[in-house]
Amino acid sequence: MKITEEEKKIAIETTRQLLSTYNDSRGNLIPVLQQVQNKLGYVPAVAMEEAAAHFNVPAVDVYGVITFYNQFRLTPPGKNQVKICMGTACHMRGAHIIQESWERRLNIKMGETTEDREYSLERVACVGCCTMAPVVLINEEVHGKITPTRVDGLIFAHQLDKQKAKEGAAQDE
Amino acid sequence: MSNQYAAAAAAFAKLQEHAQKDWARLKEKPLILIGAATCGRAAGALTLLEEVKNELARLNLDANVLEVGCMGHCYAEPIMVIYNEGFPAICYGYVTEGVGARIVRDYLTEGDPGIEFALAALEPNDMFPTFADFPRGIHENKIVLEQCGFIDPQNIDHYIATGGYAALTKALGMTSEEIITTIKDSGLRGRGGAGFPTGVKWQTCLSAPGTTKYVICNADEGDPGAFMDRTILESNPHLMIEGLAIAALAVGAAKGYVYIRAEYPLAVERVALAIEQARDRGLLGDCILGSNNSLDIEIFQGSGAFVCGEESALIASMEGQPGIPRHRPPFPAQAGLWGQPTIINNVKSLSYVPHIVKNGAAWFTSIGSEKNPGTAIFALAGKVVNTGLAEVPMSTTLNELINEVGSGIAGGKKFKAVQIGGPSGGCLPESAMDTPIDFDSLTQAGAMMGSGGMVVLDEDDCMVEIARFFLDFTQQESCGKCTFCRLGTKHMLDILERITKGQGKPEDIDTLTELAAKVKAGSLCSLGKTAPNPVLSTIKYFREEYEAHINEGRCPSKMCKELIAYYILPDKCERSCDACVGSCPVEAIHDNEDRIKVIDQEKCVKCDSCLVACPPQYKAVVKLSPPHLVLEKDKEYREGKK
Repeated sequence: MKITEEEKKIAIETTRQLLSTYNDSRGNLIPVLQQVQNKLGYVPAVAMEEAAAHFNVPAVDVYGVITFYNQFRLTPPGKNQVKICMGTACHMRGAHIIQESWERRLNIKMGETTEDREYSLERVACVGCCTMAPVVLINEEVHGKITPTRVDGLIFAHQLDKQKAKEGAAQDE
Repeated sequence: MSNQYAAAAAAFAKLQEHAQKDWARLKEKPLILIGAATCGRAAGALTLLEEVKNELARLNLDANVLEVGCMGHCYAEPIMVIYNEGFPAICYGYVTEGVGARIVRDYLTEGDPGIEFALAALEPNDMFPTFADFPRGIHENKIVLEQCGFIDPQNIDHYIATGGYAALTKALGMTSEEIITTIKDSGLRGRGGAGFPTGVKWQTCLSAPGTTKYVICNADEGDPGAFMDRTILESNPHLMIEGLAIAALAVGAAKGYVYIRAEYPLAVERVALAIEQARDRGLLGDCILGSNNSLDIEIFQGSGAFVCGEESALIASMEGQPGIPRHRPPFPAQAGLWGQPTIINNVKSLSYVPHIVKNGAAWFTSIGSEKNPGTAIFALAGKVVNTGLAEVPMSTTLNELINEVGSGIAGGKKFKAVQIGGPSGGCLPESAMDTPIDFDSLTQAGAMMGSGGMVVLDEDDCMVEIARFFLDFTQQESCGKCTFCRLGTKHMLDILERITKGQGKPEDIDTLTELAAKVKAGSLCSLGKTAPNPVLSTIKYFREEYEAHINEGRCPSKMCKELIAYYILPDKCERSCDACVGSCPVEAIHDNEDRIKVIDQEKCVKCDSCLVACPPQYKAVVKLSPPHLVLEKDKEYREGKK
């Protein structure tokens, strides 16, 4: 996925601004990277370089940290992040079937973002909602007891909401 | 010291008085509690909350509505409790859309408490049964979970009014040795999974040289299938904070951290708020309640690495490094965060501490068994009827927990196994049902206490597949430091994957056993040492399932996708019904010349939709294993027609 010059510029500015509130103690490295990701949705290479300079460590060390932890993304996520829980209870209740349904509907694989950057698909280890298995998170919202047909329903509802919002905005104008 | 303690006790008495007044005022009007932890929210608790508030406003009724945590009865979410004069407090379950407003309306305007929606009453009475009248209630003994679901986790006064922070105040009047002796005498063992005596850990940290010491609460609950820590933090964060503060007093630490998984945003939010409120009340920060002791607590969010639950890996990640475990000794209690003596305790271990300090060591040892005092908290999930959290005395048997607390297997299916302790644990069969649940007995049986995740499996669950699932998990989460853990688990996973695809070889089982022993011996931390457990226990108890996969290309539980096919029984299919056709996401189902539905095996993605959609009175869709049975069935049908 290509990142534009504009995005790069924003990334550098955001990272610098965040870094200015932290001293150079190495213990601050992960919290800063988490904040960068919170703001941008991902941690681009330029942000890693900025952080490396701030903490006086080689950029490759920062890269090592980022790639070690599952939470960090190296590419921009979709506007809507779909996360499929892959915990034991979810798995035993068919999480892989749910995963395939999403992949089929969005026409992307796990870890990818749709071409229009509308949806991205990720797996999470366990969100601790095992009693509602199988579970899917759409952005921060937890949906329990998912079936392949509900996947269709969720996407449809989402697009409907979006359309309504669009119409609402058009009316306001 | 004593003067100071008197001042602290007086300051606390004031806080308590204020909180109790507030608490008493709550029940002057009807009081409605709505369980809105993550599990409740997934079931629609926030919609219920809004619905109840709207209904109250519409009818112009005066009542207090509180958003509380989880009571443990997750199977019945969303849950609502109503305290109203004239009736005992009633807990309602399965309060789906529309029901909440109806109960509130009927109860508060007409005095009809809506018994048909009630799960149980909360206190003994002549009208309804209470939780204690059900098998679950007989076994349960709530210590840590006592307040969960009954107080507002976002209001420190509720916690104080129900007895909170009294233990911290008491501890301010005790010496370090006194606190540690109490914990040692109580026999509390670490609830993170290893079962190491908590008092001994604290003693080591206290005696370690150095003036800067740290206490860390390990809330990196990464075991798939475990959600006890999440529930405690979301429902009663102050209990853990109080325990952490007492631990800090015991070893003389002025800085504490709560290391929480980032996958638990609600828990992070609640803990952050709780810390802030405790600081406001003078229960944290400089000079706690006017004493000489100070403690500052900060949250550190994990970044999604399972291995960081291991203490040395957790410390590495707090120091800005990849979470790779290191050799021990020195133990963190001797040299931990930034090289300083550090206590790391699990959320549950710390949550027992205030209760032990308040009630004494003898009280704690009177519960559970001799070597395993106290209670254990389990997250019941999977195919059991009553999923949720249960706190039972140690040494309760698996049978009691699954069949009585959990009410047995859902859907009339047969019990097959129970998976305990997450990826570090194992699968125990029916014959092990009388095993008492404690650290020692479970290890003997070939599983592990772990952190308390318990996934119940029925006849539809394939044991080879579950072993593969856990290996896939540990293999992905291995930090890669030890060769055996990095490559050994990969090799094991490859073999298991082949078996579930029907490409197993006769020698595979022996190779797996051999590799398992080597991975166990050649790994530094518990992730690698326990990774082969699910494989070993399933081979031990369910060898015949492995053999069916390898020798016959058949999955006895009909779960492994490559080894099954979906088939519509022609004599059961109702010709005019199109339920399966509508549910199929890939248009693989069509009519044959007799207008009976047929699945195109080439197109079928085995998503299970048709089987679910087929009306129960027909039950025409079945799974066949091995898949070539479809051809035989087809032949049978055609010959029958002739």
